[in-house]
Parts: sequence; C-alpha cells; structure tokens
Amino acid sequence: MQLVPYIVAYVAIAIFIVAVIARFVMWSKMPLHVRWELYPVAHEAKKAHYGGSYLEESEWWNKPREVSLLGELKVMIPEILFLVALKEHNPKLWIRSFPFHFGLYLVIGCTVVMMGTGLLAAIAPELIAGGFGDLLRYVILGLGAVGMALAIFGALGLLQRRLTDPALRDATSGADLFNLVFFIIAFGCAFASFLIVDRDFAITAAFVANLVTFNPVALPGMDAAFYLPTISAALLSLLVLYIPLTHMSHFVGKYFAYHAIRWNDAPNLKGGDQEEAINGMLVRPLTWSASHIKGDGTKRWADAATEDFSK
Amino acid sequence: MKRSISIKDISKGTGPLIQITAEDQIPLPPPYDKPEFDPPIPPLSDKARENFVCLDDTVALNLPIPKTEKEEEQLVNQFLSGLEKCFSEDNNWTFLQPLVMSMEHCAKCQTCSDACHIYEESGNNPLYRPTFRSEVIRRIYHKYIKKASTWVHGDIDLNWKTVARLIELSYRCNVCRRCAQTCPIGVDNALLAREIRKIASQEMGIAAKEIHDDGSMLQLKVGSSTGMNKRVVIDNVEFIDEDITEMTGIETKTPFDVEGADILMLHNAGEIMAWPENPGCFAVLFNAAGLSWTMSSDFAAYDGINYGVWYDDVQFARTALLHAQAAQKLGVKKIVLGECGHAHKALTVIADKVLTGDLNIPRESCMPVLLDIVKSGKIKFDKSRNDFPVVLHDPCNMVRLMGIVSPQREILKAVVPEHRILEMAPHGVENYCCGGGSGFAIMSGHNFADWRHHMTGRRKFRQILNAFQNEPMDQDHPKYVCAPCSNCKGQIRDIINYYDAWEKHGIYYGGLVELMVNAMVDVKPGFIDWEWR
Repeated sequence: MQLVPYIVAYVAIAIFIVAVIARFVMWSKMPLHVRWELYPVAHEAKKAHYGGSYLEESEWWNKPREVSLLGELKVMIPEILFLVALKEHNPKLWIRSFPFHFGLYLVIGCTVVMMGTGLLAAIAPELIAGGFGDLLRYVILGLGAVGMALAIFGALGLLQRRLTDPALRDATSGADLFNLVFFIIAFGCAFASFLIVDRDFAITAAFVANLVTFNPVALPGMDAAFYLPTISAALLSLLVLYIPLTHMSHFVGKYFAYHAIRWNDAPNLKGGDQEEAINGMLVRPLTWSASHIKGDGTKRWADAATEDFSK
Repeated sequence: MKRSISIKDISKGTGPLIQITAEDQIPLPPPYDKPEFDPPIPPLSDKARENFVCLDDTVALNLPIPKTEKEEEQLVNQFLSGLEKCFSEDNNWTFLQPLVMSMEHCAKCQTCSDACHIYEESGNNPLYRPTFRSEVIRRIYHKYIKKASTWVHGDIDLNWKTVARLIELSYRCNVCRRCAQTCPIGVDNALLAREIRKIASQEMGIAAKEIHDDGSMLQLKVGSSTGMNKRVVIDNVEFIDEDITEMTGIETKTPFDVEGADILMLHNAGEIMAWPENPGCFAVLFNAAGLSWTMSSDFAAYDGINYGVWYDDVQFARTALLHAQAAQKLGVKKIVLGECGHAHKALTVIADKVLTGDLNIPRESCMPVLLDIVKSGKIKFDKSRNDFPVVLHDPCNMVRLMGIVSPQREILKAVVPEHRILEMAPHGVENYCCGGGSGFAIMSGHNFADWRHHMTGRRKFRQILNAFQNEPMDQDHPKYVCAPCSNCKGQIRDIINYYDAWEKHGIYYGGLVELMVNAMVDVKPGFIDWEWR
C-alpha cells in the first residue's frame, strides 16, 4: 500500500517528461515556414526598445547582424515570472492569473528545494544537520505555503471570471472548467494537508526525498487525517501527468511562438544555410484543388509558382 | 436584430447575424461628434440579401446562397478538405508551425479583443472579436477532422451556414496582427483569419473578386492589377516625368530597363494611376542624389503589388518570383520597394523563404535609402516649405511587421519643422491599421465601403482628428496626413472623402517623398498644391 503514492508519482513524472519532450520534438521538427515576425523583436540589440529592426539599415545584408541574447532574456524573464503582457493588456485577468502562475512557480521551487535537500541528506547528511538545514526547511515552508495559497486564490479567481464574464464563458469548454477545478482540488487538498497534518512540510519533504533517492518506504503520517497526505501526493502527481496532455502545455508552445515565429527574423542570405531547406520545401507536392492551382499530388510548389498565365 | 451573439450562433438561423447601428458606435471626436456629421451604415440591398451569404448586413465575397442540398454538402466538404490540407506539411509548409501554435494554445482569455480596432469600433460586438472566427475553426477542426471530444474543445454544428459565414468573417479582419502583439501566449488570431481565407481560395476557389480576379490573377495575366501592360506603363511614366518636370522645374527622366543598375525600383502600379506624383518624386530624389537605378518594364515587374500575401500562398509565390526574375534579368544589385506596405512585407520578409540562388537578390525598403539621401547632403532641403501640421501614419506591414519605425521619422525631421510634426496615439509598432489592410482598401462592393469606413477605418480617422485637435479645423489651415503606403493612402483618401474632411476641415493626405520634394531648395516652391485628387 505504501508503494502506491510512489508509483503514481514516478508514472506521472515519467509521462510528464515524455509528453513535454514529445511536444518539443514534434514542434521543432515542423518544416521551415515563411517569416512571420512581429515587432518589437527582443533580440534587436539597440532597436528593441522602440520596435525597430535591422531592416531599417540600408544594405543590411552587408552589415553584421547584432542578435542580443540579453535582450531576449530581459523580455522573457519578466514575461515568464510576472506575465507582463497580460498585466499590460488585460489587468482584470492578470490579478487572477499572476497569483495562479506565480504560486505554481513557488510550489515548483519548493519541490526543487525538497529534492535538493533529499539528495543532500543522502549524500552529505552533515551539510543539512545544522543551520543550513534549518534554512532550507524555512525556505520549503515559505515557498510551499505561499505558493499553494497564491495558486488556489488565482485558480478560484480564474474560475470565477470564466463563469461570470460572458465573453470568457462563451469560449469556455467543459475541459477548461475541469482544469481549473482540478487545480483547486489538488492544491486545496495539499493545503489542507499542510494545515492539518504537515505544518512544516516534513512529511512531504520526506516523500520527495524518498522519490529522488528511489527509497519508496512507508512514511509515518501519510495515513493521517483520512490519508490526506497520501491523497494530496496522488492528486498532485496526477496533475503533473495531466498538464502536458492539454493546452496547458502552452509553457512549451510559448517558446516556439516567440522564438520560432514572433522573433524569428533570421534572413535567408544568398548561399547561406537556409537555401537548401527552402529548396526542399519548393519540391514538395501540393494537392490544393482550386482551379487556379489544380494541385494533383504530382505538381510541386515550384511548378505551381512558375505557371505562366500570361498566354 | 440580435445584438449579442454566441459562437454557436454562426450555424443557426438565416440572414445576417448582427447589424451595427449608429447607437452601437462611440461618437467620433469633434468636429464629427454630432450624429448629422456621422451618417449610419446604409443597409444592404434586399437583392443582395436574397442572393448572397450575409453575415452582418454587408457582403465582401458575393458568396451565393446554395440552392440545393448537394451544393450545401459540397461547400462543407470542400471546406473540410481544405482544412485538412492546412495541417499537411506538403500543402501548408509555409505556415504550418504558426498555424499549429495558434490552434493549440489559445487560453481564450480575450486579451486580444481590446487590441482590435474593429471590435472596439463595433461597440464591442462579439462577432468581431479576434477569437470568434478562431474559436469556430478550432471547434470545426477538433470535432470534424480530429474527431476529438467536444467536451475538451467546445462544440459547434457544421453546416453550409457555418462555412459560408466563417469565410465571410475572415474578411472582417485587417490582418494587422495588433491582436497577436498583445497575446500573452503568442497566439495569432489574424493568422487564423488568413488561413481561413487560404482554405477558401486555394481549395474552394472563393476569394474577394477585387483581390483575386481583378487583383492577383490580373497581375499574372496582364502584368498589373491596374490592367496596365508594358507599353501603357512606359507611356504613363513618360507623362509623369513631363508633369513632374513642369511642377518642379527639374528635368526628370525615369530610367527603364537599365541593365546593371544598382537599384531596381518597384512601385505599386496604383501609384502610377492614382498618385503619379509619388513615383515622380522618387525619380526627382534618386536622380538628384545620383543613384544608379531603374524601373523594369518586364512582365509584372512594373507593379510591386502582391495580393497573395492577403489570402493565397500560391498566388503570393507566383508574383514574388516574377519580381525576382525581373531583377535577375537586369542584373541589379538590389530591389528597393516604394511606398507600399504590403509589397514591402511580401518581397522583403515573406518571400525571404521562397527565393533562393540567383533569385535571392537583396531587397530593402525605400525608407533607409531615402534616409541615406538625406544624410548624404546631396540634396538641400528647406523645412520652412513644409510649414504646416504633418501627422505620420505607420503602415502596419512596414512598421509592426517589419520593424521599420525610425527612418521615416528621421526623414520628416529633416524636411518638416519639428514643431509641426505630430504623432498619432498610439504610434510606431503599436499603431492602428488604416482600415484598408488585407485588401479592404480596394473592396467596395454593395455597402462594404460604408461598412469599412464605419468599422475598420474609423479608428484611424479618430486618431487623425485627435492628432489635429489643437489645429484650426478649416481649409485655410491645411493639415497633412503622411501615409507612406499606397493601400493606406487609398483608405485614408476614401475616409477623408467620406467625411468631406478636406473641404470642411482642411485634412489632406499624401506620401513621404512628396514632402521631401516639396522641401527641396532646387524645386520650384509650392510642389504640394493642395488640390484634391
């Protein structure tokens, strides 16, 4: 019986990793597409602040192109952490969405610290025996408690908005509501477990430590309060499993939306690397049926694009 | 008429789903804040209502209402076939990844709605939300192509009305991508509007007549969407040279087909027809600066337009190739795009992933070229000749979608007194579309032009009026809207005309090079003659 939460957690983590990698690989293997950038492009070193691009320079192809990784980080980090675009363009939703997302980040951070502490305890227990160990435990307590509270508050706010705003409600599916309810229940159970059974996250930290050290032993307290810690661990594991199977995988998609599309301004220079890939696209067949194309599966893009209509 | 509608309503009922009335819209700023100065959109004719698919009491496509069940089924099946092809690597490599990203990740938060000028100017009618058409196509795709659960993705009925109205709805978006700019996740609902247009055109043979038959097809058949062939273009440009010579006092000759020139100049041929002073000004400036340049009389190369960019990837590729082939034939070092936003984006950015080898000839905007001329000091400018208020319009294709923001402003500062230069709010990459984007500027069937002025062009007119709010609003105090894009100029001309804003309030419009030539010390004063054309 004591193995069940461990098995659920291992399966969930495995599916999460596989699903995220699968999505990443699937999207990165998509064929080259035409440029469809949108300004401001954050890596334009000296021009990003007003939305300018290298296309403002005459004969830009003869000049060195400056791509600023720092510029991208200056946009992406605040965007990921604080949802800057949402704050600017939809503040009513941001006051709900920001605590939800930031709460998740804190809980993830809490879990990472638990994992690190567990590994340290196994490898060098003397390191966490003293004050440093106490510090880690306080960090875990702070991140976990605040993170869960924020995530629950945010999820409840998002649910309320989705149910009461006519525009959001019209576009909301059953799954959209289920996703939020799932978050509320899973984090609600975990928060209740913290309040009732596990006030210093000692049980949870021990469970995570056992997970990372592959030591699936029974833990005292996991059956307390009608198995609340066990139920919480199982629900949070299922949530981890579920997220990458839904459109909540936008944390992967956003990378492509920005780096592969919105900020993808890499020019195709004559004789450069891109030409071979483009030529590969132009020999692909097309089957579009309209009379001005008449794609029959043997006609290639290059054939269709060079048809002469002037005769 | 139903005021507020739901996504599922697109499959239901007959006739228009909504009708925008004057009461729905926010009043324009002074001096147009009285109802008598802001006439309502006239209703669609009964005949048009009877014959064509009608979404919102206007018609863009003249899509006939199916007469038999077989025709209804055909419409649905063709659409599904096209939708499936949109997700095929072979058929849609051009946009597959952007399409999938936008189909998969929308959080349906509606953040994009407030960025859309059409939605806001409609009085926040849900039909014009950027997400409305996207949500319809997402639901169709998941339910009828992927056979996925409607509980997950939302439900929708699919019948001929769903398809026909959705296609018509794809022509209620300027594809300015302002909505995409605000999306926290990077979803691009404007792209989805274009993908719906693509399905309609590439699979079903449905497109706006002005854009396809009279636009891209005419260009491919005759050489220009204006209908001009090589001989007519050369004759017209000779006339322009004569007129410009007379107006400026500078002998002007536009070179044609000069092999080995540095620059192939590509104008929107609409300029030659409607605003001949614009290509004439380029000739004056390029000649005065001593540039090595030429125009081409080769097939389609005297018209830089590429309407495919609005609706059809194949038509797009065909035109881009013709432009590149003409440049290759002349052996020029680069192609420079004139004041035409969509031609800029088409050949510089999108065709970047189409042209390879000898056809991969460098292409650039006229803006940095013009700025180089200013900086070179080869031409002397007298700012005082442009001593009138000038407000700059940012064409979406050139600014938000290419990042060309600064050169035109630097040029303005060199040829217009700084205290006379005004900015719209917002401007730069956050600008609003003129209202003519994605082909609307040339679409005027039935009451569509009225709808366009009230819905898509209204925000730009509002911005123009606000920009000039501290200026005397009469014709004795002319004010200049500088729109360095043919399409935008056409739309701004139409809306100034619609509200009689030149006659009543002295609001005039034109391009950037006209201001430059007007300020040239060597040019006879008064090049800008304030005559409405």
